[in-house]
Amino acid sequence: MKKLILGTAITALTAGAALAEGHSVVRLGTEGAYPPYNFINDAGEVDGFERALGDELCARAELTCEWVTNDWDSIIPNLVSGNYDAIIAGMSITDERLEVIDFTENYTQPDPSAYLALADADVDLSSAVIAAQAATIQASYAAGEGMTVLEFATPEESVAAVRAGEADAVLADRAYLAPLAEAEADLAFTGENVLIGGGVGMGIRQSDTELRDKFTAAIQSMKADGSLNALIEEWEIGELF
Amino acid sequence: MGATIFSYCSDPSTIEGLKWLSCYLTTGKHISMYWSFGTVLLLLAITAPTALAFGFAGATAARSRIAPVSWIGKGYTAIVRGVPDIAFFLFFVIALDQLFEWIRHEVKCPDWTDPIRQGNDFVVCTEAKLPLGNAAAWVHDTYAFFLAVLTFSIVFGAFAANVLTGAMRAVPRAQIETGEAYGMTERQTFWRIMVPQMWVYALPGLSNLWMVLIKATPLLFLLGIEDIVYWARDLGATKTPKFTDYPHGDWRMWYFLALLVFYLCFTKLSEIVLDRINRRLTLGQATAAGEAQRKAAA
Amino acid sequence: MTCWDVISDYGLRSLGFGERLLPRDDFTICKQVVLIGSGMIWNVYFGTVALLAGFFLAVGTAVAKASANPLIRKPAEWFIFVFRGSPLFIQFFFAYFAFVSLKGAVPALGGLTAAWLGAVIVLFLNTAAYSAEIFYGALMSIPKGDIEAADAYGMTGWKRFRRITFPTMMRLAWPSYTNEAIFLFHATTLVFFSGFPSRGQMGDALYYANYFADKTFNPFVPYPILACYFIILTLIVIGIFGLVNARLNRHLPQQNRGKLRLRLNLIR
Repeated sequence: MKKLILGTAITALTAGAALAEGHSVVRLGTEGAYPPYNFINDAGEVDGFERALGDELCARAELTCEWVTNDWDSIIPNLVSGNYDAIIAGMSITDERLEVIDFTENYTQPDPSAYLALADADVDLSSAVIAAQAATIQASYAAGEGMTVLEFATPEESVAAVRAGEADAVLADRAYLAPLAEAEADLAFTGENVLIGGGVGMGIRQSDTELRDKFTAAIQSMKADGSLNALIEEWEIGELF
Repeated sequence: MGATIFSYCSDPSTIEGLKWLSCYLTTGKHISMYWSFGTVLLLLAITAPTALAFGFAGATAARSRIAPVSWIGKGYTAIVRGVPDIAFFLFFVIALDQLFEWIRHEVKCPDWTDPIRQGNDFVVCTEAKLPLGNAAAWVHDTYAFFLAVLTFSIVFGAFAANVLTGAMRAVPRAQIETGEAYGMTERQTFWRIMVPQMWVYALPGLSNLWMVLIKATPLLFLLGIEDIVYWARDLGATKTPKFTDYPHGDWRMWYFLALLVFYLCFTKLSEIVLDRINRRLTLGQATAAGEAQRKAAA
Repeated sequence: MTCWDVISDYGLRSLGFGERLLPRDDFTICKQVVLIGSGMIWNVYFGTVALLAGFFLAVGTAVAKASANPLIRKPAEWFIFVFRGSPLFIQFFFAYFAFVSLKGAVPALGGLTAAWLGAVIVLFLNTAAYSAEIFYGALMSIPKGDIEAADAYGMTGWKRFRRITFPTMMRLAWPSYTNEAIFLFHATTLVFFSGFPSRGQMGDALYYANYFADKTFNPFVPYPILACYFIILTLIVIGIFGLVNARLNRHLPQQNRGKLRLRLNLIR
């Protein structure tokens, strides 16, 4: 009898080991330059809403996770090339991206984008010069609306352009702009919010359905017990589920 | 909020002036930036000889009598020199990484039946991953560093090959002929006469290349290395009180000014050192400068 | 949509003509080749204007650096040192910053913050500094005998410079100057990448290559296309400079021409 128990214990162990072999360590790729979603804190570590979320998801899915920062431009090519296993970087779920990678269930509501302008300026958005980060959904949205788009390499520069009078307003994720509007007296939101992207989800390789399902299950469990809403509130990301 | 170097830094909102600055400049993030200076210097120190080796191989291949080898050497220099380095860096690291993993995959997992390319994904067997999936973070960092060095070396090796080709041709023909007259084989004249003498002709070109290499380091971030420009951009950006104990406005200018000073000093230092090497190499050479040195000493 | 339609829609997109919107789906090779090629117009424009204008400043600076008068020599030395000693990308940053501040003070100088003017100025100063160093090196290696011969003919000042010093300096510097021109054309890709904002999605070749890489998530198509364009551009530059080189050396015996070229590849 004892032997039998030992036997099953061993099978369970080895089965566990075999399962884990695919992903003994799950590497999470992020940008580290997009507060409050993800940023590098004073101590030089990845911090923010997605850090807290990712750590919790890994705990629930019983995975050992590791954080990696990667430039935004090459974040998807590096995922499909296998340099990390998941993207958790405030990435909206879009049809374009779905052609190349899979997403878990969204962990935020669709994030509105907003216009930020000088507080004392009266901006007519239909004829305004709009600053945006190059190659973002906001840049292509503004171009599609017929606005004159001024594209900068980093979000920081696009905000600086509004201050310098180069652009009338900057269009970016509201969650990114909100702390700036709050902290800087000379900047304020203008116009209506616009809904451009879908919700934010984790990007996973299309061939890696097992990992996708694990994370989706973990996200669902966090949605169910309200812990996801608590995090969204803590980091002021946007609407609750 | 994490470990601090000075005890009074525990609550930065209460201090100001120099004291605040001393705390601000010793945050973990700033320490990472200081380390990145070391990373850049280390990369330069490894890349320079590696690129020189690539250049030497390229130049030697271009001189080869065997046509295909010569084509490879010439093609390498012509193509790589023709492409802007940024364009190269934007896709080359991923390409190199996939190449290595594919080779390992072929060797280690001959029984693997699934295709390597599954849709958009590049999938190799677990044993072929580079580094292995469960490797420690530092192994990944070292591998990324290695790929960056290799990419830089391939690009700058092409320029070095161009310089060395010119230098090999600049060694006076009479020197080689003298060697031949002493009964040396072609191999011997190459290694004993041409190679020792070509450096003096190559040095001005190589010095310039070194300067260009120093100034290409801001592109390191494209290769996945967190270099000084990456940190300067990040640290200089506007910081709101919510995400840091040290909020400030757009300070990029000051950080870039610091980088400017660093690069200018480094260039100046390099100029002084290269000048010395040049004087040492010129000694006893059959050039106008070597002749001038001889006369001055006599 | 045939490839001809794509050319008429996007061939001049980088200048703001044709389709207003960039392609949003169905990123065919044809579209990528046409749009990236359209962006090359900017690279050629930046490179050519900066090179032509920079040439004159470079000659002036090289002569100034060779001057015995420290009031003339020192500024030239510092100009060369600062622009050769710092990465172009940092120069772009400070220039853009300065131009924006300047625009605040003097609204008439508003054009400076646009890439077509501002970036050209930075590239112009940058290439002038690099070329000045090359020309200075050549000036220092002009054979003493040439100058002595000019003196013997009673040539002085401007006449001696125009007839003897300048042509010899050009001949000696030309191969290195060719390299500088190649580097400069490559450097033009930095303009929109980390220097100046692009307006109305009008950008250079790298801007569009980046756009496609971002839309298709496949860097292995647009960047090699960009690379091919630049290899062609480099070959054209080498060809044109080769013609000038042949003209500069036309009075030399046939054998010496080749030799000059090789030896002087080394200055840069």
